[in-house]
Amino acid sequence: MGHNRIKIEFLSKSQNEGFARVAVAAFASQLDPTIEEISDVKTAVSEAVTNAIIHGYDSEEEMITIEAIINENELTVIINDVGKGIDNLEMAMQPLYTSRPDLERSGMGFTVMETFMDSLEVKSDKGRGTSIIMKKIFNPLC
Amino acid sequence: MHLNFESSQDKLIVYMLGELDHHSAEEVRNMIDDRLDRDKYSKLIMDFGGVSFMDSSGIGVVIGRYKKLHMRNGKVCVTSIKSSVKRVFELSGMFKIIKLYDDVEQAVNNI
Repeated sequence: MGHNRIKIEFLSKSQNEGFARVAVAAFASQLDPTIEEISDVKTAVSEAVTNAIIHGYDSEEEMITIEAIINENELTVIINDVGKGIDNLEMAMQPLYTSRPDLERSGMGFTVMETFMDSLEVKSDKGRGTSIIMKKIFNPLC
Repeated sequence: MHLNFESSQDKLIVYMLGELDHHSAEEVRNMIDDRLDRDKYSKLIMDFGGVSFMDSSGIGVVIGRYKKLHMRNGKVCVTSIKSSVKRVFELSGMFKIIKLYDDVEQAVNNI
């Protein structure tokens, strides 16, 4: 499959959640994924972008960046915001924990990302933003 | 997201069409709650047959309606869930408290 890379940038509006997951899925389609693999990537990207919008930023006028990289049969997706950062990362990553129960959030975002991708790394600096780095290997048996 | 409503006695049936994410969740929540409150339904059947994508925002919507109706001694159930959407539900452990039926007819007869 070789090497390929894209970078997209969009405003932190909830309308862009659908755009972001479909854009990454379209890029990943060159790895000849199964329907299930594509659905996993879309769901994980949707969670990360939603986190950036709800928790990273207070307004809809900030930018979210997504980089997606293909290396052979591995897809890496990096979702960056330059927002507030995560106060307590360990707590944030616990299943069912949410800092915004007022919004009826389920607290399952990081659990979904961890389950649907093969690896998840979160880097967060208070006041400087958050990076989510997720990887998925396609057709591991080929 | 497009919603179609039907009712059967004390049961409100909502057919959802489209993608259920954080963006659409608020509208879905408000439209369902309006109906539930206006006509005092105690049972809600949420049909996912037309939901092509859902992330964890959807779990929040279903659990939120469960809590609301639980306080009125009511019930919530879900029907016709596609496999990709089902995996998100399974992760949350939601099926321990909310029943899944194959279709609306089965749900209407059993809830």
